[in-house]
Amino acid sequence: MRMNRYEEIWLILSVGVLVLSMVVTGYQTFAQGMGPPSEMETIDPQKVDETEPFDNPGVFEVGENEYEVVMTLQAFSFTPSDIELPVGAEVTFTMTSKDVIHGFQIAGTNANAMVVPGHIQTITETFDEPGEYLVLCNEYCGAAHEMMSTTITVK
Amino acid sequence: MAAKKVFKEKTNKALGVNPDDARLTLTYFSLAFIILFIGGTLGLLQGLNRAGLLELPAWFNYYQVLTAHGILLILIFTALFMVGYFYAALSHTLGGLIPVVRKMGWTALGLMLIGTAFVVTTIVMDEATVLYTFYPPMQASPWFYIGLVFIVLGVWAATIGVFTSAASWKKRNKGEHLPLLAFFAVGAFLLLFFGSIGVTIEVLTLIPWAFGWTETVNVMLSRTLFWSFGHTLVNVWYFTAISAWYVIVPRIIGGRLFSDTLTRVVVVLLVILNVPGGFHHQIIDPGFTEGLKFMHVFMSLSIAFPSLMTAFAMFAVFERTGRKKGAKGLFGWVKKLPWGDVRFLAPMIAMIAFIPAGAGGIAQTNNQLNQVVHNTLWVTGHFHLTVGTTVVLTFFGIMYWLIPYLSKRELTPKINKLGIIQTITWAVGMLFMSGAMHWVGLLGSPRRTSYTTYGDNATALSWDPYLFFLAIGGTLLFIGGGLMIYIVFHLMFKAPKGDTAFPIAEPEDGASPTPKWTERWGLWVVLAIAVISMGYLVPIVDLIFNAPPGSPPFRTW
Repeated sequence: MRMNRYEEIWLILSVGVLVLSMVVTGYQTFAQGMGPPSEMETIDPQKVDETEPFDNPGVFEVGENEYEVVMTLQAFSFTPSDIELPVGAEVTFTMTSKDVIHGFQIAGTNANAMVVPGHIQTITETFDEPGEYLVLCNEYCGAAHEMMSTTITVK
Repeated sequence: MAAKKVFKEKTNKALGVNPDDARLTLTYFSLAFIILFIGGTLGLLQGLNRAGLLELPAWFNYYQVLTAHGILLILIFTALFMVGYFYAALSHTLGGLIPVVRKMGWTALGLMLIGTAFVVTTIVMDEATVLYTFYPPMQASPWFYIGLVFIVLGVWAATIGVFTSAASWKKRNKGEHLPLLAFFAVGAFLLLFFGSIGVTIEVLTLIPWAFGWTETVNVMLSRTLFWSFGHTLVNVWYFTAISAWYVIVPRIIGGRLFSDTLTRVVVVLLVILNVPGGFHHQIIDPGFTEGLKFMHVFMSLSIAFPSLMTAFAMFAVFERTGRKKGAKGLFGWVKKLPWGDVRFLAPMIAMIAFIPAGAGGIAQTNNQLNQVVHNTLWVTGHFHLTVGTTVVLTFFGIMYWLIPYLSKRELTPKINKLGIIQTITWAVGMLFMSGAMHWVGLLGSPRRTSYTTYGDNATALSWDPYLFFLAIGGTLLFIGGGLMIYIVFHLMFKAPKGDTAFPIAEPEDGASPTPKWTERWGLWVVLAIAVISMGYLVPIVDLIFNAPPGSPPFRTW
């Protein structure tokens, strides 16, 4: 098949852009540790309340300005809710769902993850700016889905 | 050669369209546009609700409206349109449908309508408010899933009809290339078939679960099988649209095909590369490793390649045609294009919309960018730009000549003018709506969510002005949609009698002949299966063998 000369140039340039975007994505994922939330651990979705660490959800200080938030999501709430954290805290959210699929999104940040029953999901976010952050469920989970939200106050 | 062409056109005119085939396609189109009207009305209600301008009653709430809007427009409207259009294309290019294929066409319609009836009834009864993605463990009425099975069976019946048509023509015309539009039909239905396998397996596991015969369901497996279909479907519509870009639009502007060979290569690539592209909907899911997700970035991006070939081909045709008409300078050809002809204007705006739409798609494919916009209104905006604008405006553009061709009527200057108003109203409506959705999505406003201010949260309140633009766009779209439905039925029953041609572009004089290997469908099928396995074998085996205990059903609405 003979190709038009300009077409070849066009395709080489566009493939170049695609490859570049892949290189950037790969570099961010594997060199900078910015990969998407991809926790592999599973859990019995009917025994969340009896399984560690979800038998005791809450905010735990695990290091110097390092926190872990153990969280369950259920229609239509986050446990714990109305979380308070100090400025600069690096927070790992360890989450699972007790019923259907939920979304976990902290508006105004890049923290965004699917929380699926039977699977544990983790995501880490550092809060450098003080203020009140809106946390919401961004996957339709039922009649009061639009009410499913909470806040993180960073002081 | 020239004499042969004249002869072909004369017979075409003398014989015209087979009335039986015309009736089949017109029935499909009538139903498609009735569905568009219902789905569009539901869309308007949603837009107004989301902007806080309208409160929906409890007996027909936002999520019910959203479920119906999604399923009616994404599954039913597009499927009806696609089958109607490609059956007309097969009838025209292959010299009429053979009786068994026509029968398949009617059977397909019957099955799809039975399916639609089940699905719509369960949604209206509030027994299936699960959105068109119906993610378990949210459990709808088993009749909802059974309805989906009927829809898939309808699609498969139509697929068998298309393959039978092509095979029978090949037998009667040994050694000849399948006409290009029929080649597109085979590609599109092959992809639709591959894409629907995963979701069919999913639904067949959901039915016994919904009846209570099995207790639990593998949530991630269902979700993965769904998305092997969910995104492929988008590319099936895109397929339908670009068949008109490649084959019809050049003729309408008085040009020739860009290249028969290249067009066929694009068709083949789209079939081979497409199915694993759906995985990018699961970039921020648990249960898959980062390595697997990164491999899928490559698999999703590869679909951009044939699209980039398409972009070049289309603009090359425009320029070539313009220059033949005497255009000078770098952009002189732009002025030579028939902007006042709605048969050109609608697909042209569709193509222009595909530039930002495709770029947005590439952005979402990359892991970290996806994380920023996942499940925000950005996604809805992207979707309305790709499907709502690129695909649907092309469909509308097809209507202005295909319906008169089938109903033996003419497109009058008056309807052409109304069509231009319709096209612009629709395009501006989408610009407002999709633009507002993209922007507010970047700010974090979630998709698939009824009106809320999250207890007057400051961040949520800051999204409201954009949502207002969304409502304006939705209203314009409703007006544009209404106009289109008027035009469609006017062209079917009221327009003056006359002869309208089925515009098919011819190759350039002296174009190099199409190589034989483009017809090796067996090889394309094997390659497609290899690519699908590469994308899905590892994660699916992993999801089955390392599955958590299953989930019991929930009804959260």
